[in-house]
Amino acid sequence: MIPEAPRLSDVDEWGRSERIRSLARRIYAPVYSRWFRVEWEGLDKIPAAGGALLVGNHAGAIPSDAPVIMHGVETELGRPVYGLADYFFRGLPVVGTLWSRAGGVPARPDNAYRLLHDHQELALVFPEGEKGPSKPYTQRYQLQRFGRGGFVEIAMSAGVPVVPIAVVGSEETMPVLWQVPQLARVLRVPYLPVTANMVLMGPVGLAVPFPSKFRLRVLDPVTFDVEPGRERYPKSRVLEESERIRESMQRALDDMLRLRRSVWFG
Amino acid sequence: MSETSRSVLVTGADTFWGARILRALEGDPAIEMLLGLATSAAATTFERARLLYVEPTFSALRSVVRTSQVDTVIHPCMIVDSVHASGNEIHETNVIATMNLLAAAGTSGSSVRHLVVKSSSLVYGSTKQDPATFCEETPRADVPRTDLERSLIEAEGLVDDFAQDNPSATVVLLRVSDVLGAHIATPITKNLSRPVCPCVGGFDPLVQFVHEHDVVRAVTLATRHRLTGTYNVAGPGRLPWSEVTTICGSRRLPLPPVRPGLAVAPLARLGIFDFPPELDALLRYGRGMDTSRLVAAGFEYRYTSEGAVHAFARHLRLARSARASLSAGTAPPQRPRSHGTPAPGRRRGPDHEP
Repeated sequence: MIPEAPRLSDVDEWGRSERIRSLARRIYAPVYSRWFRVEWEGLDKIPAAGGALLVGNHAGAIPSDAPVIMHGVETELGRPVYGLADYFFRGLPVVGTLWSRAGGVPARPDNAYRLLHDHQELALVFPEGEKGPSKPYTQRYQLQRFGRGGFVEIAMSAGVPVVPIAVVGSEETMPVLWQVPQLARVLRVPYLPVTANMVLMGPVGLAVPFPSKFRLRVLDPVTFDVEPGRERYPKSRVLEESERIRESMQRALDDMLRLRRSVWFG
Repeated sequence: MSETSRSVLVTGADTFWGARILRALEGDPAIEMLLGLATSAAATTFERARLLYVEPTFSALRSVVRTSQVDTVIHPCMIVDSVHASGNEIHETNVIATMNLLAAAGTSGSSVRHLVVKSSSLVYGSTKQDPATFCEETPRADVPRTDLERSLIEAEGLVDDFAQDNPSATVVLLRVSDVLGAHIATPITKNLSRPVCPCVGGFDPLVQFVHEHDVVRAVTLATRHRLTGTYNVAGPGRLPWSEVTTICGSRRLPLPPVRPGLAVAPLARLGIFDFPPELDALLRYGRGMDTSRLVAAGFEYRYTSEGAVHAFARHLRLARSARASLSAGTAPPQRPRSHGTPAPGRRRGPDHEP
């Protein structure tokens, strides 16, 4: 092999750039600590080394939970977090490239397996998918269906733990009042809601979330007593584990909501 | 590895890869007889290889295979660049010629025991649904939309059929990524050698390259080791297109993300840009391939993806300075040759494999 000059960019094989991530963290830091005033509970439960699948509840029309979790874990643990999300973003010019440089990876089983097993990285996934952020405000903090339990299957085959994270505060950042599916179809976006932000702030509300207080609680990592590396696992077992994780997260959310005295001050 | 003497037939002796592979095999003492199929006058002269002139669709190969008694057929001459070939030409060369070649090699009583086919990573396509890394088994995410991709997928299907019909033969399919090198001309090398090259506005995809020497080495290794199955051939690692163009000293001209092909059609007509539809897709979503299977089979890449780009950039700098000094009326400067980079115009040497 020919000796090589140092790389010009630090873009890795997933498209993530640590340089761009650290710039994004610097920009996001005031939002994280001043606007949302994020507080963590049990951050030490996230493994400091080795692969792990972080799983959170997803909420708010433009969800702030993903950047908050990624920012928090990266600053506190000093490890990169890859956010698994719908490939929809990848098709958008500029947005797709920035999303990828900031650690976004299309959510596919083979991508997740390679990240978790081969590279032993942290990956973040929201098993509710778009059902979380698109649900109306009246259903806040009610976990939606966890897909078909794919996240459990990936963690099983990659042989890594699932680390559930309960997030309180995200629902109030951008409450969804109602959906406009016709416009969503025309604009070819996954969903298009009318939010309270738009009603109160007009066009500014398209992008600016309300400053609700964020509290995150990391639950005990869930390991599965199965042989890793298998092509598939019994569906009953997968759904059972998925449901158990969902219930533990719902319990944590209910508990955190009971303790919360104010949406804005926590 | 080659325990018995062999006789080898290589298609496309008058094409880039056919000629290179023939020359590389000429140095292998285990090969007793080396035959090259050509459809037009070959530009290269060979020391040992005998050339046979046949018609472009290989329709009368049965007697050639029978009389020559070749045991190995190497088929590296499928078209993978749609800029200079019509849809019909692509179909005739990739599908019909491959079909006739395999039919001739698969007749009852045929002496052919080993088949090596060079395909392309184009069969994976390039879409936003793609995984970051394609393994040999990863299915394509979309329906192929261009003549070139359809023809390559159909040709791969013919190779699969051949493998099923001839279970005693070893059949290897090499899916070669985008190639860089001092000699090869592809839409990508041509674009990178110009001062301004295209990109799709707002996209900066990860691309993966393989050096032309590594491709020849991979084909000869697959032949010598009698590999069987499908293998990706792509230099390890990948890098963003912006980094590739910067290393090569070419400025990026962003094309509109909507129908960029239409916007550059006049420029492409004039030969200022090369922008086939396959490149449109690649410059949006890129493509990554897993390289571990060929490495596990004993192959050692001499160039990483990035190394191939740097080697190509060195070649470009030498070519530019040579051109500049020629136009100034002086002799080209004598520069120390960096390892592995052939000087422009020098044809032999590095292509010869030990």
